[in-house]
Amino acid sequence: MKSDPTVCVMGEDVGHYGGSYKVTKGLAEMFGDLRVLDTPIAENSFTGMGIGAAMKGLRPIVEGMNMGFLLLAYNQISNNCGMLHYTSGGQFKIPVVIRGPGGVGRQLGAEHSQRLESYFQSIPGLQMVACSTPYNAKGLMKAAIRSENPVVLFEHVLLYNLKEKIPDEEYICCLEEAEMVRPGEHVTILTYSRMRYHVMQAAKTLVNKGYDPEVIDIRSLKPFDLHTIGNSIKKTHRVLIVEECMRTGGIGASLRSAIIDNFWDYLDAPIMCLSSQDVPTPYAGTLEDATVVQPAQIVAAVEQICQ
Amino acid sequence: MLLMRRFETAADSLYKSKLIRGFCHLYDGQEAVAVGMESALTRRDAIITAYRDHCLYLARGGDPVSAFAELMGRAGGCARGKGGSMHFYKRDANFFGGHGIVGAQVPLGCGVAFAQRYRKEGTVTFDLYGDGAANQGQLFEALNMAALWKLPVVLVCENNHYGMGTAEWKASKSPAYYKRGDYVPGLKVDGMDVLAVKQACKFAKEHVLAKGPIILEMDTYRYHGHSMSDPGSTYRTRDEIAGIRQERDPIERVRKLLLAHDFATTQELKDMEKEIRKEVDAAIAKAKESPMPDPSELFTNVYVNDCGLESFGVDRKVVRTVLP
Repeated sequence: MKSDPTVCVMGEDVGHYGGSYKVTKGLAEMFGDLRVLDTPIAENSFTGMGIGAAMKGLRPIVEGMNMGFLLLAYNQISNNCGMLHYTSGGQFKIPVVIRGPGGVGRQLGAEHSQRLESYFQSIPGLQMVACSTPYNAKGLMKAAIRSENPVVLFEHVLLYNLKEKIPDEEYICCLEEAEMVRPGEHVTILTYSRMRYHVMQAAKTLVNKGYDPEVIDIRSLKPFDLHTIGNSIKKTHRVLIVEECMRTGGIGASLRSAIIDNFWDYLDAPIMCLSSQDVPTPYAGTLEDATVVQPAQIVAAVEQICQ
Repeated sequence: MLLMRRFETAADSLYKSKLIRGFCHLYDGQEAVAVGMESALTRRDAIITAYRDHCLYLARGGDPVSAFAELMGRAGGCARGKGGSMHFYKRDANFFGGHGIVGAQVPLGCGVAFAQRYRKEGTVTFDLYGDGAANQGQLFEALNMAALWKLPVVLVCENNHYGMGTAEWKASKSPAYYKRGDYVPGLKVDGMDVLAVKQACKFAKEHVLAKGPIILEMDTYRYHGHSMSDPGSTYRTRDEIAGIRQERDPIERVRKLLLAHDFATTQELKDMEKEIRKEVDAAIAKAKESPMPDPSELFTNVYVNDCGLESFGVDRKVVRTVLP
């Protein structure tokens, strides 16, 4: 925001409150009420407003207080954000960043635990990324702001408290690139967002059992980084996808078919995909834990694939 | 206005000869709104509208050849043949389209006005919608925000009294759309009188720059049905349509004024009409020469090429990037 005066933020409670997850803390004091705009609770129209402002040359960052609320803005995101560059024959670009926390939290209930990656996947013209560490959060955010395309940045409710030492200077993470978390030889585990941590926990157990998993945080949900993924599959020949979105029509489903289309000859075992159950997220803690993938399931899956 | 009337009539015949397909929403009868508005604004002011956008495009300086080409899906169209009747845009004239979903353009227009205020441009946005869209929730959401932040937006309700096939009194508890603003003032304007529209828009522009948003309700009428698939006679009588054509036609009104005050002779006006007919016919002929878009155009403009990389969806195999 310091280097480019056209960058502005809009969302509920982003200004004086500092953001419901403190992401925009301090910005309103620095940049003023117009650049860090507190909106009324009207997701459909303030997302539309952000897109209109982008058409006119600004670079807004629209925050959904919870990703689930952005379902109200689906029409604007799909038709006006994703498709406008195409339907105007290239005349207008929409350099907007739509971000917010999503995912299953700690007993937040079904409507506040949604994973919107699967719903936005098919929208043409949209790019989707999911950050998972403080390092890639900063890098992906910067890249998303600088991108001329509309980018949806998925953050996770449970990852805001992570602490990590990151460089003060400017750096960006490529929006289309996946991140190699742990190189290995036996199996490629593809994951993103919070599930990365469940996978790394399972990896500790797996290493003790003698396995050598290669863990890749795919980061880019649309388009997939098939270059990095492909190189990994060519090495290990086995794939496990661990994701937090629903089994039906989720990111894993698309990723699986993309891998089959491109790397079928390199596979020695069927691709396994661990996703959340196709149910609304229940409130009870034990049931909620059973909805998402847990490290023990990941260990069992790897053992099955590597038989 | 004559050019617009001729354009829409020609579009009607092109549609019937299947050169234009899909949806085609014609504006004839409402020309006074487009022309009056344009005459009160500069090209630095912005206009955004819904799908009945052919004449707004022409008013903003759009060229009839590119308009016909776009309607026929040719590469020479204003959106390269990829938008169609409902997606006319002209960025260099600050014409923001051209939107298919009813009411979705209202928040977009407020966003354009937001950017105008952000950059302190001193320009305004005219955000057009119809009596059908006036019942959309996002309109009231946008109105609230526009009033809250004093955005330089004029919300113009082009009330042609029918939301597709539903008369306004059947859809709206309160068809006085200019009064719906509550805390936002509103004016009702005779939308068939181009001079009244011009004065109202001039007033609105000044008001908005000083005091915040305003609603203008243009009382207008469309001769055609909602679109080319709608005969327009199942929900209204032919007498009503003929009556309006007789009493309130915008072009006839101006013609009478010009003749009454000796600004032109009947012959001059007849010649003008002939000229325009020729111009439109020539534009159609030129547009027909334009080729269909190249098949590779299917994949262009999905994303803006940026940072030296390209994206085509889920199956991209190579990552190419140049860090800025």
